[in-house]
Amino acid sequence: MKNLVEVKNIKKNYGKNEAVKGISFNIKEDEILGLLGPNGSGKTTTIGMLLGLLKPTSGEIFINGKKLEGNRIEILEQINFISPYIELPKKLTVKQNLTVYGKLYKINNINERIEFLSEKLRLGGLLNSITGELSSGQKNRVSLAKALINEPKVLLLDEPTASLDPEVGDFVRSFLEDYKKEKKISILLASHNMNEVTRLCKSILMMKDGIIIDKGNPEELINKHGRKNLEEVFLKLSRSKNELN
Amino acid sequence: MYGLFLRHFYLITRSFPRVLDLVYWPTIQITLWGFISNFFATHTTYYNNAVGVILTCAILYDFLFRTSIGFNMLFLEEIWSRNFTNLFIAPMKIGEILTSLVATALIRALIGLIPAVLLTSPLFGISILDLGIFLFFLFLSLYLFGITLGILVSAGLLRYGPSFENIAWSTMFLLAPFGCIYYPIEILPEVFQKIAYLLPLVYIFEEARNILINQTVDIQNIYYAFMWNGVYFVLSIALFYYSFNVAKNKGTLINMGE
Repeated sequence: MKNLVEVKNIKKNYGKNEAVKGISFNIKEDEILGLLGPNGSGKTTTIGMLLGLLKPTSGEIFINGKKLEGNRIEILEQINFISPYIELPKKLTVKQNLTVYGKLYKINNINERIEFLSEKLRLGGLLNSITGELSSGQKNRVSLAKALINEPKVLLLDEPTASLDPEVGDFVRSFLEDYKKEKKISILLASHNMNEVTRLCKSILMMKDGIIIDKGNPEELINKHGRKNLEEVFLKLSRSKNELN
Repeated sequence: MYGLFLRHFYLITRSFPRVLDLVYWPTIQITLWGFISNFFATHTTYYNNAVGVILTCAILYDFLFRTSIGFNMLFLEEIWSRNFTNLFIAPMKIGEILTSLVATALIRALIGLIPAVLLTSPLFGISILDLGIFLFFLFLSLYLFGITLGILVSAGLLRYGPSFENIAWSTMFLLAPFGCIYYPIEILPEVFQKIAYLLPLVYIFEEARNILINQTVDIQNIYYAFMWNGVYFVLSIALFYYSFNVAKNKGTLINMGE
């Protein structure tokens, strides 16, 4: 499997504050990589750099073999992002929002794509609804449809199931598993839901204070640290001194 | 009670644009109305033969205001709806974002302008079309300056985030005293006149008055208006690109709207 994402020793300083202190990792196609860490560990900064919204102080990022710096627009056509902290315009209908983003991503056959996504994400009855009037679960599925409108090769997910009830959360996780398997895409999942990460990710990066302090698959990490589950590993690593640089 | 006072006090002291906003409005209002009062007190017969001049200038100024605010509104709406990040991770070049905002701002301004122009004739017996073919050049010049101001404010929003919003609303009023919208430039103190001559506005409004009152056309005024518009437009584009790069370094783009 080839690497769709290659991150090479990226650093990000905000003045004297070193938010990310030189991290490297790869994400293969058909892989979901979990990005864990306490608040302020550098996860959002890392995602911002992968999206081209933040310029790394040093280091390089390659997406599907192309360097992000200098190829930002071409790379943005191949990636997408979902976060509970960003929303779609509330006054537009679901279909209008998806059409706008279909146009922005220069999608041919927008209607077909919207029809496909609305079927997969159970949005059929919501297409003419006002986005701002939807429930959290419905909005989340619409945001996911927007994030998939361009058939991204790389999907960045920041807390994709935060504030969802267990049923919708489970639906979204199952959808992501199936979609990843079907389309062979790479997914970076930043989450504080350890059960979600255990279920979806074969490999995990643990970040703290801007560095990767540990990595491995969930089972390996649980055994290595002698804990019962990933949540306990997370707590141990969050509270301990940095173990691995 | 003191707690609520502190809540707002802390907010103000942590944001330079908010402090500026407090000082700015009274200063601008007093300055603008001071010049207008001064002009009417000393030139009581100036508009005797051209009753439509003030109204025409008001419509022209409103077009400028609508263009500039319209541009800012488009940008601010993306911040308010927390859609800003979605837009900036879409595969659009900065030039494409600016072009679409410029075109949309024109349509918004025209939607507001056309009813105003149509209403002046039946209500006041005045037609802005009296400015003739040169009306097009005056509007084009105002449109250029309006979007230039919009781009400058949007650059500020990119650089400083939503706290720059108050400035977005008030740029037009800052320039109003120097724009000589309702009075000729001679009414300004000499030092203000020097500043006013560096803006396209004074040439546009001087020329509108010249056409309506003297029934003559001074091409040089139109030329100077376009020349300064070109200078400021290029500067605003450069500043927008610079602000985008600063925002990418500071992280403003990813935190916008939170």
